[in-house]
Amino acid sequence: MAHISDLIATDIESYLAAHEQKELLRFITCGSVDDGKSTLIGRMLYESHMLFDDHLAALEADSKRVGTQDGEIDFALLVDGLAAEREQGITIDVAYRFFSTEKRKYIVADTPGHEEYTRNMATGASTADVAIILVDASQGILTQTRRHSFIVSMVGVKRIILAVNKLDLVDYSQEVFDSILADYSRFADDALALDAITAVPISALKGDNIVGPSENTPWYNGPSIMDYLETVEIASTSQKRSFRMPVQWVNRPNREFRGFAGIIGSGTISPGDKVRVLPSGTESVIDRIVTWEGDLEVAGAGRSVTLTLADEIDISRGDIITTADNPCGSADQFQTRILWMDENAMMPGRQYLFKANTQTTSMTLGQLKHRIDVNTLEELPTKVLEMNEIGVCNISLSSRIAFDSYDEDPTMGGFIIVDRMTNNTVGMGLIDFALRRADNIHWQSMDVTKESRAQQKSQRPRLVWFTGLSGSGKSSIANILEKKLQAMGRHTISLDGDNIRHGLNRDLGFTKADRVENIRRVGETSKLMIDAGLICISSFISPFESERQMVRSLVGEEEFIEVFIDTPLEVCEQRDVKGLYAKARAGELPNFTGISSPFESPVDPEIRIDTTQVSAEEAADQIIDYLSRS
Amino acid sequence: MTHLQRLEAEAIHIMREVVAEAENPVMLYSIGKDSSVMLHLAMKAFHPAKPPFPIMHIDTMWKFSEMIAFREKIAEEFGLDLIVHINPEGKEMGMNPFIHGSSTHTDMMKTQGLKQALDAHGFDVAFGGARRDEEKSRAKERIFSFRNESHHWDPKRQRPELWNLYNSKKNQGESIRVFPLSNWTELDIWQYIHLEKIPIVPLYLAKPRPVVERDGVLILVDDDRIPMAEGEEPMMKTVRFRTLGCYPLTGAVESEADTLPEIIQEMLLTTTSEREGRVIDFDSTASMEKKKQEGYF
Repeated sequence: MAHISDLIATDIESYLAAHEQKELLRFITCGSVDDGKSTLIGRMLYESHMLFDDHLAALEADSKRVGTQDGEIDFALLVDGLAAEREQGITIDVAYRFFSTEKRKYIVADTPGHEEYTRNMATGASTADVAIILVDASQGILTQTRRHSFIVSMVGVKRIILAVNKLDLVDYSQEVFDSILADYSRFADDALALDAITAVPISALKGDNIVGPSENTPWYNGPSIMDYLETVEIASTSQKRSFRMPVQWVNRPNREFRGFAGIIGSGTISPGDKVRVLPSGTESVIDRIVTWEGDLEVAGAGRSVTLTLADEIDISRGDIITTADNPCGSADQFQTRILWMDENAMMPGRQYLFKANTQTTSMTLGQLKHRIDVNTLEELPTKVLEMNEIGVCNISLSSRIAFDSYDEDPTMGGFIIVDRMTNNTVGMGLIDFALRRADNIHWQSMDVTKESRAQQKSQRPRLVWFTGLSGSGKSSIANILEKKLQAMGRHTISLDGDNIRHGLNRDLGFTKADRVENIRRVGETSKLMIDAGLICISSFISPFESERQMVRSLVGEEEFIEVFIDTPLEVCEQRDVKGLYAKARAGELPNFTGISSPFESPVDPEIRIDTTQVSAEEAADQIIDYLSRS
Repeated sequence: MTHLQRLEAEAIHIMREVVAEAENPVMLYSIGKDSSVMLHLAMKAFHPAKPPFPIMHIDTMWKFSEMIAFREKIAEEFGLDLIVHINPEGKEMGMNPFIHGSSTHTDMMKTQGLKQALDAHGFDVAFGGARRDEEKSRAKERIFSFRNESHHWDPKRQRPELWNLYNSKKNQGESIRVFPLSNWTELDIWQYIHLEKIPIVPLYLAKPRPVVERDGVLILVDDDRIPMAEGEEPMMKTVRFRTLGCYPLTGAVESEADTLPEIIQEMLLTTTSEREGRVIDFDSTASMEKKKQEGYF
């Protein structure tokens, strides 16, 4: 296979040495249906001598059987690989093709033109360095031409070849070519963030201006498609940006080694460089850049490496190691541009999963500012985004992430949206900027739910249920816990004997039946607090397992955290802060738990605290730790 | 960066994503050149740790004996956790491609054997060494490719795959095939083997070997299970293999290439594609797509 090089036959070692140094250029062909994308790629493979004899033989047979070129070779059949595509004569999914020249190795993504398959087109575009946008000279610029250009630019392609194809159908007219280019430029200048557009007049079918100049277009002095691809500079801007490496995986083969594995998104790094880890903000210094071949002195964007740091700091997947001089920001609310890719429309107020580099978190979509009509570039008001629509939308994440805007650093500002129910990738988006707290998201006609209330407070509502004997320390620990949570910006409420028995439950005494009713009412009240999005801290002796179980099933297993304050009776009695044990022993208090009424210890509480071993302060920290981990 | 450096970094990134997000991953190991490259990349990706997953070979009882010897040697040298699975039904019925035919053999020993092994171990993600330049339906497959509970592939419902952000969330019963070498070509594989001095099965290099001709294809006489006509003697020919699989189904090519550069030279000057030596592709145009829909890797 491959292009012709005399070296292959005469001096394979030299050929390999040269080939080893080749750069990789990835490009995409796109445009409307029937603009000739597959034909162009087929032609390029053919002209580069990249076709095997058996492929060619199969192609000739297929062309006769199902071809659209009257028995002539139908190059489109080379790339349409799925049975359904070959039968329907359309391209459904992106196909990748490979070829190389003396200078470069190429990966081509041939993408579908139908609007229905826009997401497959975006898939192919997202890894491309250059895009070839095809236009049928006899049709001019179509909606799909604009849509594809828009998406190509959105996923980060900066260089476009506008290939005006089928020029043979318009007698190789310069006038037609010029007017299409003018038309396109008017659109592109307004809509696209491009570095350069190069227009080339071609006929993919006849081979004009594909690999060399064509006699049919003497008026054209620019490069052929291949000339352009061979010489275009491959973007190395990512090396020049500030250092960013999202941590993929923590490498801990033994106690001595702790490395952070990832692909460097931007910039370069060397041992001794000062780094900051986000979102925590901890700083350290790079100790080693570890690879299988040995440690590196320097590594740059695009390399997969493992870094070790001079200090032992807590880093896990999803953290970003950045340069300390110019670290990225961190925030949890953003304005974004979104391309929706699912049959089910995007609904503001709904929760999805958000994934940017190695950071995954849950996300709520705010109101749509507008959608963009890719044809007219008009900003239209809308409530939802349908499949293949592009809109500007605020989003709110459940935790802070480290980020750069997409325009500053695509590897830090691009994200995908995953549906929580179907697990499908339903959208892609670009971070424009973080919202200040004051610019909080304005929700539009969304249902106010438990989730949205919790979202507003950026917390997960929970019921922390303290159980234990009178005087075991429930209230003191609950009190410290609530103070700490509030200092952390959490929204809480405390329920205990004091604020319940004097109000809501003042009609209840201490008989077994009253105790059961007491807990039932407290359970229902706690549930309302959770619905309000609060972290509810309830402290009640709650001596019976069945009532605690009832509350657990009332609020749900996932939100119920049973904290057993396990203080032995003797200790409680010794403390006897309120003098109740003395009264009970004297027979003045009937039905007193531990003395004249039983206490059923929890069998399997989420947290057990032995107050003879830990202080109230430590106990509160232990609970906070549990809350943040689960 | 050179093209090989870019491909290497991409493959390592893919492997690490899987290890970070999968519950129970496995690496499919076919002992061929692509598997050798994939394994080498795994050693690099997790260095100084060992790859944190087992490697699994779906044995068919008809692999070249040199492949099996090589497999054992590599597993020991690299200190890997090796799982070997043979479809017990096939073993019991004495599956024989010479008698039962290539498609029955391949379906039972490879396709069904693979499904059995993945189900038995509960692997949710399996790495495979397939490349997009191998075949037309592969050229359309995502790097993270989903299979339903029957291990079927639905080419019309592939998820979008943006940049290097892989969505590894799967539904009940689904599993994922991940192809870290998707963007490598046959030439890249050989060049990388050459550059990195990666060990490969010696069958890839030419040497005098005993062969017989069957339907115009040269078959190695690897053991005495190959049926011989009355008085037929194997011929000694200097041959090598462009691809490795079950010896009765893999044709040898006559060649003098006994060094890597010579192999590459021969490949670059050849005019037929790599899979032509595989009997499985001869059936019909969409045969690979059909096989994959049924669960073939």
